[in-house]
Amino acid sequence: MTAQLPTAGFRDPEFARRLGRRHRAGTWYKWICFAAAAVGVLTLAVLLTDVLIDGARRLSPEFLSSFPSRRPESAGIKAALWGSIWMISLTALMAFPLGVGAAIYLEEYAARNWLNRLIEVNIANLAGVPSIVYGLLGLELFVRALGFGRSLLAGSATMALLILPVIIIASREAIRAVPGSIREASYALGASRWQTTRHHVLPSAFAGILTGTILALSRAIGETAPLIMIGALTFIAFVPEGVLDPFTALPIQIFNWVSRPQPGFHVNAAAGILVLLAVLLLMNSVAIVLRNRFQRKW
Amino acid sequence: MARRRLMDLVTVLCLGSWVACGGGGAPEDRDPADTAGDERAAGDGPRLSGAVRGDGSSTVFPIMEAVSEEFQKENPGVRVTVGISGTGGGFKKFCAGETDLSNASRPIKETELEACRAAGVDFVELPIAFDGLSVLANPANDFAQCMTLPELKKLWQPEAQGKVMRWNQVRAAWPAQEIHLYGAGTDSGTYDYFTEAVVGEEGASRGDFTSSEDDNVIVQGISGDPRGLGFFGYAYYEQNKDRLKLLEVDGGDGCVAPSPETIANGTYKPLSRPLFIYVRTTALDRPEVKAFIDYAITNATSLVAETGYIPLTDELYRLARTRAGKRTPGSIYEGGGSQAGTRLQDLLEAEEAGAGGDDTGPDGTVRGDSAAA
Repeated sequence: MTAQLPTAGFRDPEFARRLGRRHRAGTWYKWICFAAAAVGVLTLAVLLTDVLIDGARRLSPEFLSSFPSRRPESAGIKAALWGSIWMISLTALMAFPLGVGAAIYLEEYAARNWLNRLIEVNIANLAGVPSIVYGLLGLELFVRALGFGRSLLAGSATMALLILPVIIIASREAIRAVPGSIREASYALGASRWQTTRHHVLPSAFAGILTGTILALSRAIGETAPLIMIGALTFIAFVPEGVLDPFTALPIQIFNWVSRPQPGFHVNAAAGILVLLAVLLLMNSVAIVLRNRFQRKW
Repeated sequence: MARRRLMDLVTVLCLGSWVACGGGGAPEDRDPADTAGDERAAGDGPRLSGAVRGDGSSTVFPIMEAVSEEFQKENPGVRVTVGISGTGGGFKKFCAGETDLSNASRPIKETELEACRAAGVDFVELPIAFDGLSVLANPANDFAQCMTLPELKKLWQPEAQGKVMRWNQVRAAWPAQEIHLYGAGTDSGTYDYFTEAVVGEEGASRGDFTSSEDDNVIVQGISGDPRGLGFFGYAYYEQNKDRLKLLEVDGGDGCVAPSPETIANGTYKPLSRPLFIYVRTTALDRPEVKAFIDYAITNATSLVAETGYIPLTDELYRLARTRAGKRTPGSIYEGGGSQAGTRLQDLLEAEEAGAGGDDTGPDGTVRGDSAAA
């Protein structure tokens, strides 16, 4: 690069000095950014190592297939694992259509009037509401007012509310990223707005929508506070069989084990964290696979 | 092409959530009230089904967890849930009729009795175990062996806040080092009981101490702080003996260290307390709840000891079984909440002696005055 610069100022010693300084500043900047990236990765590595050292020896098929117990060595995570799988599936069934529907309305149909602006501002604000507040809402609305009880349905509905703003925002971004020319081409061929959305906008935006949804679900599977409000902090030694059954979830089981006096339970908690991490990583890899599968290039 | 992909997507989503797609709404709501009706007479043990819903104290939780675990091994058809909402939180749900039984680390309070009465929730109060609130110091503390009740009060009462900050202010012979206090959180029955027993008023204490609902936090606090002092249930001391120094407490009759013997026979006072389960009387009509309660009382001695608490005497368990059988309504504490120094045995024996002509059945009302009968 430097060889092609005009040579007039290049011999100027002042210029050379400043150039060196700029290069040094650039290098510094690179390393500061690297350090910023490393902080997160290192913290994660330390946490993972710590948990692996504590929990790996406890992981076994029996750990996955046993119910909680007062004896740490025979306690397992079956009820919590199934509870989490149930809850996240129900949450997805509720939050996905609602979130994508809301995003389609706001991006494709909504006129720029005060009502829609109000909706938009509210959704953006809802994304920042602490999860415990959703727990309180879920307790009053789903558990008490609608009479769901302390059930899977109440827990999933609360979680669906919690992640709805995230799904809406992510889906809107994805829909907005679809070039306007695609829509115009569709209209030009005589397609209606719904046909355009259904056959062109949605398929094109699907990769982004799915990624956003699965990341939101990953947040839901690790949430503890709203579930404690709902009343899932419970000893349960059975697998739920219907949406109105009581349940417990992985983070709750971990929380429960950590607060026990026996060190054996703390090992169980570490193993439980590994199971939760595995579920999370699995969900994230599904997100990546789906994104690659549905991605469109123009 | 797009259609193909959408179909793939539906397949993937269904695979991901196959439980919901496949078996989703199929199983009906198992309302315990429905299944209760199908049950034949109580006693056909293995055929029991239905649900037992419990909630309440985190102190009593380990005991009920053990009971549920063993009970469900013998009765796989019954689904027992035991929540952890704290004694007060448990009573809120219990008096709203949301649970069948409530675990409590102190007797029911007047306000809670009112709530139950207003909702028409009648209950039976059953003692299940003893717990000894223990006063703990760091093992590096070589001067403190025993504390008198007045000393504990001097240290913990609300007036001590910001003033009593050194060990020698509690007892002149102790060094002029700072004292660091740890204790149970204010939502716990443990805190209620400690303040009642030590300060003389439930819920009154200094506020400048490290508090946590999680007893492990207090254990870690004291074991890592040579100047620390704190209190929590005896079961947590049992599990952490090597990291803590147990202090004796002088309740007026000399220094006594908490131990299974001194807690059970009442000589460790006033910091030993009974733990309870409260059962809704209408729930006791359901065979699975009755079987669960019977199981709890019958196997309490071994299960309570295993979880680190102190079992009641056989005589007290016999009295508890009688109460459950007769469905004696109300609280022997008459809504007084934590009552330090009251002996459980005396109360129950007085009640049994008094209730000669027992016509106490489930009659839809809560009577807090049954002990006076």
